[in-house]
Amino acid sequence: MLEVSGITQIFGGVTALDSVSFKIAKGDITGVIGPNGAGKTTLFNIISGIYHQTAGTVYLEGKDVTGFPPERLARLSMVRTFQNIELFGGMTVLENVMVGMHTKSTSGLLACSFKAPWSISEERRIRQGALKWLDFTGITDLADQKAGNLPFGKGRLLEIARALAVEPRIILMDEPAAGLNSQETLALAALIKRIRDMDITVVLVEHDMELVMDICDRIVVLNLGKKLAEGTPQQIQESPEVIAAYLGDDD
Amino acid sequence: MKKDLLLFSAFALLVAAAPQLFKGGYLMNVLVFVGINTMLAVALNLLLGYAGQISLGHAGFFGLGAYLSGIMTTTYSIDPWLAMPIAAIVVGIIACLIGFPVLKLKGHYLAMATLGLGIIIFIVFNETVDLTGGPSGLSGIPNLKIAGVTFDSDVKNYYLIWFFTLAVMLFSLNLANSRVGRALRAVHDSEIAAQVLGVNARILKVQVFTLSAIISSIAGSLYAHTMTFISPASFGFNFSIELLTMVVIGGLGSIFGSFLGAALLTLLPEFLRAVNDYDIIIYGALLMVMVMFMPGGLVRGIPALYRKIFGQRKGTGNA
Repeated sequence: MLEVSGITQIFGGVTALDSVSFKIAKGDITGVIGPNGAGKTTLFNIISGIYHQTAGTVYLEGKDVTGFPPERLARLSMVRTFQNIELFGGMTVLENVMVGMHTKSTSGLLACSFKAPWSISEERRIRQGALKWLDFTGITDLADQKAGNLPFGKGRLLEIARALAVEPRIILMDEPAAGLNSQETLALAALIKRIRDMDITVVLVEHDMELVMDICDRIVVLNLGKKLAEGTPQQIQESPEVIAAYLGDDD
Repeated sequence: MKKDLLLFSAFALLVAAAPQLFKGGYLMNVLVFVGINTMLAVALNLLLGYAGQISLGHAGFFGLGAYLSGIMTTTYSIDPWLAMPIAAIVVGIIACLIGFPVLKLKGHYLAMATLGLGIIIFIVFNETVDLTGGPSGLSGIPNLKIAGVTFDSDVKNYYLIWFFTLAVMLFSLNLANSRVGRALRAVHDSEIAAQVLGVNARILKVQVFTLSAIISSIAGSLYAHTMTFISPASFGFNFSIELLTMVVIGGLGSIFGSFLGAALLTLLPEFLRAVNDYDIIIYGALLMVMVMFMPGGLVRGIPALYRKIFGQRKGTGNA
């Protein structure tokens, strides 16, 4: 589904990522973990086309997508969420999700301005689609609220609903549980599993180990910009390198 | 959305009835300017209020429309109704070509670049004397005609201008409540999130910049044909700032707000004539008070003030 190969990112003189390679299988929930500064978010920014890496290649469904801008990746069915939720604060919750349907609609500037018949029926389809995703994430009752007024946990759900509206085949989530309380985290875990059950491949960067061990099929561990280990949650928990990286070495 | 259309219908009726209410007179002439300025403020608002991109050069596009129409109809005797779309297309192409490099810039840099553009256009009007008549202006521009009716009086011009103004407002309201309008506001709030969702922010910004320039050009053509005389002084940097003030005072991201801003800034100097030289002080003070106490513009500030005075507490919902 997604493959990164030899990704290296150098900021000034600092090597943030050093030749990181791994493959993500279709339909898996994959966790990318590692201590602070391991390069997890940098890696996400490269995969999603926000940064351009110093070296290395990204393949999406076998296609080389290195250097593609984010809007092109969205049309190739890859979408991401952000650690500090990036909502459209001045718009309503429903409108936020409607923007998610952008790639699934085509009416241009003039068709919209002159209210061409096809743009009116498309608008209805966009609204219905957006309502469906609000229902899926359980925030239908907030549809007419300003997104900027939402509490953090609801904002996170909205960001996920908005990303799902793109109808992605792969979704990258940057620390989806950050800032959530334990109840919200449990609900999030259930939501992520439901997303996977729709045949959407999920990749997440996360610090909440309980969540990662609970929902991930595979885990990739980064440390100091290098891939340290890769495997099932069981294998990772037993890996001596990972334990050393998290808890410190004996010597 | 429905509410917007209802409001628009009521507004259109009011506009149609206004000449009966005011019985012609000097005010009609001022209302013609309110119409032209509303068109320009709406055009700038699409760019600034919706897409969040500033332009300090919009007087330039307004002027280009006016001069292109003026020159084509006087020097080359082209029919005004033909000259207007030609001018709009030419200005659209210019805006599109300039938009691609310029809209890569953000914030202050974009302001500086568009400021430069406006100044260059102004200088061209002044210096190409053979073409534009230079600082002394271009006169003898014909009035518009439809089926033998010449638009040569204030009342006739009022209906002509407001027909276009209402069309521009309806067009913009439709756009604002559509897929494209939402994408514009998304780019405004978080460009990166919009891109991740598949919105091509770069193309979208150039599109709205071009559209905004085209509307300004049409307003310019109409201005030239109603005034029959134009000179560079009307299209300088000061006027760009005045347009910006109209948009901000009226309310960013509100089409009706743009009308309120344009109306206030056009009518105010007329009423302040009574106080002679002190008008500029009142004008400045009003601006300061507005920005300090109604940062959302008139369109949001007046309802808020109403609620405050009459103590109606209707939650935090706003239009």
